[in-house]
Parts: sequence; C-alpha cells; structure tokens
Amino acid sequence: MTSEHLLDVRDLRVEFRTRDGVAKAINGVSFHLDERETLAILGESGSGKSVTAQAIMGILDTPPGYVTGGEVFLRGQDLLKLPEQQRQAVRGPQISMIFQDALSSLNPVFPVGWQIAEMFRIHKGMNRSDAQAEAVRLMERVKIPAAKERVKAYPHQFSGGMRQRIMIAMAIALDPAVLIADEPTTALDVTVQAQIMQLLKELQAESGMGLILITHDLGVVADVADRISVMYAGRIVESAGVHDLYGRPAHAYTKGLLDSIPRLDQRGQTLYAIGGLPPNLMRIPPGCPFNPRCVYATDVCRSGEPPALVEVLPRRLAACHHTKEVLADGRA
Amino acid sequence: MIKYIIRRLLQMIPVFLGATFILYFLVYALPGDPWAGRCGDRECPPAYVEAFKREYNLNEPLLVRYALYMGRLLQGDLGRNFRGNYVIDELIARYPTTLKLALIALAWTAVIGITAGIIAALRKGRFIDHLITVSTLVVISIPVFVIGAMSQFAILKTGLTDIIAVTASAGTLQQLILPGIVLGSLSVAYIARLTRTTLVENLRADYVRTAKAKGLTRQRTIGIHALRNSLIPVITYLGFDFGSLMGGAIVTERIFNINGIGGFIFQSITARDGANVVGAVTILVMVYLLMNLIVDVLYGVLDPRISHD
Amino acid sequence: MTDAANEPATQVASAGQPDAVGVQADERHASLWSDAWRDMRRNPLFWICVGLIAVFLVMAAFPTLFTRADPEYCILSNARQAPSAAHLFGTDIQGCDVYARTIHGARASILVGLLATLATTTMGIIIGTISAYAGGWVDTLLSRVGEIFFAIPILLGGIVILYSLPMPDKQPLLLQVGKVVMAIAVLGWPSLARIMRSSVLQVKPNEYVQAARALGASPLRVITSHILPNALAPIIVVATINLGQYIALEATLSFLGIGLRPPAFSWGQAISQASGLGYIVNTPHMLLFPSLFLSLTVLSFIMLGEVVRDALDPKLR
Repeated sequence: MTSEHLLDVRDLRVEFRTRDGVAKAINGVSFHLDERETLAILGESGSGKSVTAQAIMGILDTPPGYVTGGEVFLRGQDLLKLPEQQRQAVRGPQISMIFQDALSSLNPVFPVGWQIAEMFRIHKGMNRSDAQAEAVRLMERVKIPAAKERVKAYPHQFSGGMRQRIMIAMAIALDPAVLIADEPTTALDVTVQAQIMQLLKELQAESGMGLILITHDLGVVADVADRISVMYAGRIVESAGVHDLYGRPAHAYTKGLLDSIPRLDQRGQTLYAIGGLPPNLMRIPPGCPFNPRCVYATDVCRSGEPPALVEVLPRRLAACHHTKEVLADGRA
Repeated sequence: MIKYIIRRLLQMIPVFLGATFILYFLVYALPGDPWAGRCGDRECPPAYVEAFKREYNLNEPLLVRYALYMGRLLQGDLGRNFRGNYVIDELIARYPTTLKLALIALAWTAVIGITAGIIAALRKGRFIDHLITVSTLVVISIPVFVIGAMSQFAILKTGLTDIIAVTASAGTLQQLILPGIVLGSLSVAYIARLTRTTLVENLRADYVRTAKAKGLTRQRTIGIHALRNSLIPVITYLGFDFGSLMGGAIVTERIFNINGIGGFIFQSITARDGANVVGAVTILVMVYLLMNLIVDVLYGVLDPRISHD
Repeated sequence: MTDAANEPATQVASAGQPDAVGVQADERHASLWSDAWRDMRRNPLFWICVGLIAVFLVMAAFPTLFTRADPEYCILSNARQAPSAAHLFGTDIQGCDVYARTIHGARASILVGLLATLATTTMGIIIGTISAYAGGWVDTLLSRVGEIFFAIPILLGGIVILYSLPMPDKQPLLLQVGKVVMAIAVLGWPSLARIMRSSVLQVKPNEYVQAARALGASPLRVITSHILPNALAPIIVVATINLGQYIALEATLSFLGIGLRPPAFSWGQAISQASGLGYIVNTPHMLLFPSLFLSLTVLSFIMLGEVVRDALDPKLR
C-alpha cells in the first residue's frame, strides 16, 4: 500500500530488551511529513522522540533495541522491510539526520572537509579532489567563513555553532528528501540557536526537503514548525498545527507543558510545573500513561487501554478522555 | 608542535636528574660499602679502599660526587668495572642483541595483540571474547620466568629444538624467536586488552552513530572511523612498552642464556660488580625516559586534538 | 532506576509542587557499593577467587595444616626424585620435599605481596589526598617527586635497591621481607598516589562536599566521610591487582637471586633452582608445582581485581 505523503510512519513500535526487563519505548507512533513541511516532535527526555528518529533512520542499537512493528514509508517504500544493504543506500542520499552534540558527533581525528567529502566519495564514487571541492561548496552554503582554508581543520577547532553547521552540511550534502534534526540547538547559545534554525529554514526553502525537528523546547518550535506532534511515554498524545496547539491545547499534558512556561505577567506568583515524573518504561501504568500526573484524570483514565489518538477538531488529533474540558479551559 | 616537544624535553630533564640521582644515592650512599665484594670474599686491604675512595670521590659530599658522575656520564664515561673494562664498552657490545630481542617481542606483540583485541571487541560478549579475555588474564598472571621455563619444556619435550632454539647464546635471529615470544607474552596480553577496551568504547561513541546515519558500511565505520581513534592509545602504549621491554629482558635473557644487557646486569649482580649494575640501569632508565618522550610526541602527532591547536 | 514511578498513587495531581527528583548524595554512594556487592555476590568467578585466596592465605599462616613434612629436612641422596607416595610433589635438587617447600613457600611470597600492597596503598592514599586537597605548590611538588620515582621501572629499581642494601646470609625472614617490601613501596607509591589524586579531584568539586565545608566540617572530616568513600573505588581495584603483581615481582626478584634468600624461602627461589635446562627436561616436577601455586595465587588476585572493577563500574549498570 502506498501513501501520498513524503514520509509516512504508521504504528511504529520499538522495545528495548535489557536484563532487567523489557522497556516499551515506542508504542504505536504514527505521523506523516510532506515536502517543504516542518514537523516538530515535542516531548520530555525519555518520551521516545530520539528513539523514533533512530528507528526511522535504522540506526537503533540492536541489541538492545528492536523494532517490533509498524511501517515507515519514504516516497512510498517501506524502509523497515528493506535489507540492510539497501537501507544503507537510503541513509544519506534520501534521508539524513543531525544530532545534538556536534563535538562528539563528528569524528575528532579526521578533518571536517574529509568527513563531508566522504558522502560524495562513498555514495557517488567521486574522486578525492572533486569531493573536496563539493565539501568546500557545502561549507560555503552553510555560511562557514573562509571555507577554503577551514576545510582542512578539525572539529575541535570550530565553535559550537560552526560545528553544527558542519553537521548540517554533511547531512544535506546529497540533497535528501527528509532531514531529521535531533535537538540540534539544545547545546547552543540562544543567539546561535536562532541562527541555526534560520539556516535550516533557508535550506529547506531552497531544496524543498521535509524537516523533522525533535526538541523539548517550546520556544524553538513556535518559530519554525508548521505542525507539532507531542509525545509522551512512547505515544503521540496530540498532533496539531502550531497556532492551534499553542492557542488551545487539546491534551492535558500539552496544556501542562504550555502552562509551565514562565510568563512576564506572572510576576510574584509561584511557577507552575507538572507534578511527578515520567513513567518507568518497563512499568507503564495502565490506562493513559499520563494519568498519575494529570489534573483532569478520572477513573476511566486509570484502567484499560490508553485513549486512542482521534480527530477531535478538524486536522487536530488528541489522545485524551477529557479533551473537551482541556479545550474549554484554554491557556492558564 | 616544536614547542610541545621542547616543553616535554624540558620537563624530562628534572625527572631524569632526579631518577639518576636516586639510583646513584642508592648504590653509593646507603649503608654498606660500595667496595664490598670487589675483593672477593675477603676484606679489602686499606690501600685498595683508599684508592677506591679517591677514584670515586667518596670523600666529597654526595651531591658533588653525583655531579661528577653525571658529568662523566654525559661524556659517555660510566666508569670502570671490577675487571677493569669500561662499562660503556661492555654495554655497547651487548645492546644489539637486546635490541633485536625487544624488536621481535614488539612485532609479535603488535600483530597478535592488536588482532586479538579487535576480534574480542567485535565479538563482545560471545565465546571468543571471553576466551581472549580470560587467556590474557592468565598470561598476565604467570610470571615471565615461568612462561619461559614452560616454553623451554614444551619445545624440548616435543623435540622441535632444531627449529626453535631453547638457548640463545649466539644471539642469532633464529635463536631469539622463542625468547622474543616469551618476552612479549605479557605485552601481548596488555595490548589485546587495551585494544579491546578502546575499540569497545569507540564503537559506542556518538561519531559512530553519525557514521551509520551517513549510510556508511559497517566495515568502513569500524575499520576506518572507529579503528583510527582506537589505535592512538594502542600505538602509544606500544612505544612505551618498547622502553620497558629493554629493561624487562633481564629475566628472559637469564633463562635463555642471552648475552645482552639484561644478562649483563644479572651476571654483574651475582659478581657484585656495582659499576656495571649502576651504569647499565642508568642507561636503561635513560632509554625508558626517552621512549616516554617519543611516545608523548607520537601521541601528539597522532591525535589532531593535540597537534592542531 | 528510581522507584518514584512505582508509587503513582501518592503523587496524584499536585498541580503545584515539583517532586524532589534527586536522590541524596550519600544514598547514591551507598547504593553503588551495595549494588556492587550484590553483583559480586552473584558472580561465581568472585567466589572462586575468594576461595582460592582464602586457601592460600591459610596456607601462608598455618602451613602445618597442609603438611607434616619439614621443608628443611633434605637428604641429598634423595635428590630429584619424581612424585611418589612418599613425596607428593617429588624432591628438589637438594633432596627436600617439594610439596613441603611449596606449602611453606606461600608464607614469604604472600607476606611480601600483602605488606607491599599495604605500604604502597597507604602511602599513595595519603600523598594523593594531600596533593589533591592542598593544591598549589604542594601538589606540584608531590607530583614531580612522584614522576621521578615513577620514571624508574620497578624491576630495575628494585634490583638496584636490593643490590645496595646489605643482605648478609641467614637474615631472619621478617627482616628480608621488610627490605623487599620497602624496595617495592618506594617505587610503587607514585602510581597509587596518582590515582588517588585524580579520584579526589573528581569528587572534590561536588556539591555535597561544598555543602559539608559550608556547614563547618573540618577538612579531615570532609575527607574521611565524603571524599574517601567515593574516591576509594578505583584504589581498591588497583590495590587488588597490585597485590598479585607484587607477589609476581617478589618471585622475579628471588628468581634473579636478589630477593629473598635462605633461610627465607619463597616460590621464586624454588623456581629459580629448578630452572636449569637439564632440570626442566628431566625433573619438571621441581618447576611445575611452585609455578602452579605462584600462578594461581597471582591469577586469583588479578581476577578478583577485575571482578571488583566490573562490579563497581557505573557504565555497566
């Protein structure tokens, strides 16, 4: 069965088998992405956002991680059914990923130009000098000054923001259809953050690629994303356009997150935070996984199957038994 | 880079002076007469003692004596030994053999040790990994002289003495094979474990995840990206090991009757010839320190985080 | 893994209060040790090592439990006999019973190992802690001194030291042991001091240490109750491994004829006597049994050190 979306993830399931038990990291995640679209996946640490990205890319550590179900359609082809060799051919040219810490994510003993040029040498069989020239071009495209000289430098000789640009250059080298950015700006200063996000938007406009932005930072998302999917305990609990979500959340968790953002007009009041901790993924509570921390929770939330992700308003999905109340309450 | 080398050289000098001073102090300043044993089992006649004291400046304060000794050392004069020969000549005559021995040990260590370490890392948790880990532990535990004696036993019992010699008094390459292997056995174990540890660590590193995300094959990710990082500490350890091999050869040379520096030290201990012992050990310490310096520089060269700053 | 998530009922819907997420620092270090102990308890290798070590320790302390034969009772005409009913491990070149010599040899070998480890570890802990805690020129001075001693390879340095100390024949066991221990201690402390120093430096900036100091705890108290427990883990691992290596070192020194001498008796000596090529071929038993005991002892200490290290390694949690 094909799909009309660029990237279509359906009912993805991932578990981690450790000697202390099985952790259900991803429990039926579905979302889609189109060309020129930016989808933000939002959630706390441990919600499963990075694992989702790694499962899509096929770079999960196996063992202990195993994809136990679901389909990932890229341009109509199910990546999960491909043999590893073909999967490797997809990574880089068609779908690529950048990571949070550029210093540890780049190989410290090879020059950056060499690492960027590697994409061309390996995937396109270019020779060294042509590949190197392409690397310089890419470094210029991501606005690294004095690219021709710095192509021979090593990762540790760059600042944090520059290193992230190098990672981006590596990722877009072969013009992939989808770029997954896993917390690309979390480790950077606020001003550098803005520059990097701006760069990503420009590159997206030029190439038409789809961008998945994984983050826990609501501020970053507001500027950049078209749609947001909120994750909790390995599930998508709400999915909506940016403005709709920020204006009126439909899930208790999203509301909690938004209410936790400190605001200038809250002066003198106690800051709000969602009580409790995210669940241990080996012992997810029955019913809705958010129920122990939820102010709206009632008995129906505490047992049985978790609520399904359904359309509650046009083009808005939520997995909550009390979505009407949440919508009604609006923002705090 | 040059600055780094010069800085390290300067740092090495006080350490070298300190270490050689301690050695000198130990031999010539501790209770017990340094001329003891020079006259066989009898007491030395007073005239001899006086001449001895004068030659070795034993009437001067310790530091002065040390300075004089070092001065002569830097000119290549390590004094004379019991038999009246220059110590430095004895050492020069013998070091090629020890050098050959150490090189054989090093080659064997590098090839077997690194290969075993890579295999153990790639097959982590499986039988071959446990086998390699346990056998390296066992090898580390068995002292070199036991391994040496056992290997001689094995060769003699299986009658392979034509191919593999069990003594090496002539110091030929063929004769040095078995001693080289024995000498290197401890190092093989350490190198294998070090290679395994660093490779396992690097395989978990973030940049390996990036390499996978770039669509690189497993061979390339491990063989080029991970290995290049892992081999830095391994190669530097090999350099450091070479320095200590020269010193550790004492036991091996004793077992296999090799006429190298180690054997020389051993004979001199038995003959209580102090000048030989001090001279040889001082030189070996110097070699050791020099190798450490070379290794540090090597590390700086191999790791761009240090060389490109 | 925190157990907070297992008590959801007690944390329901408190819209205001964030829970205390951190675990107390003391609880954290206590649970590292108890986790480690639990892991070790379940590891069969741990018990094998402990068992072997216990056997050898008993052998060293009470050799008569293992053999009635007198190691000094040597009849030359009985020399070099193969193992038999009368002499379990055969006889050596002087006609002494190899079994008796091997059992009695444990004492000197293990005593040297134990005392040398005690000495180097104590010196290392004290000097390393002072170095890290005091900082400044004290640290620099101590580190340089350590480097100087570290530059002398232990075997070579040990040879020179023992060569220089008068070692007349027929010295009592303890005196000889003391000399060898001193030789090892003088050269061995720098590596332990270095480890201790870096451990303390890692722990010192932690907040609970600062808190203790702010509350007025004296430096000694801060060190003993807060810093030491956390910094000790790598020291324990290295000390255990060193024990094995020092036993091997003593054996090597005795093998070379510069370690323990008669009437003190150790495994190294026995192996030395049995190592001539002629003996190896014709009477391997003289070599085999002391070698076996020596290797097993060293192996059990080194393996124990590895087991402890794996148990204490937080990365493997």
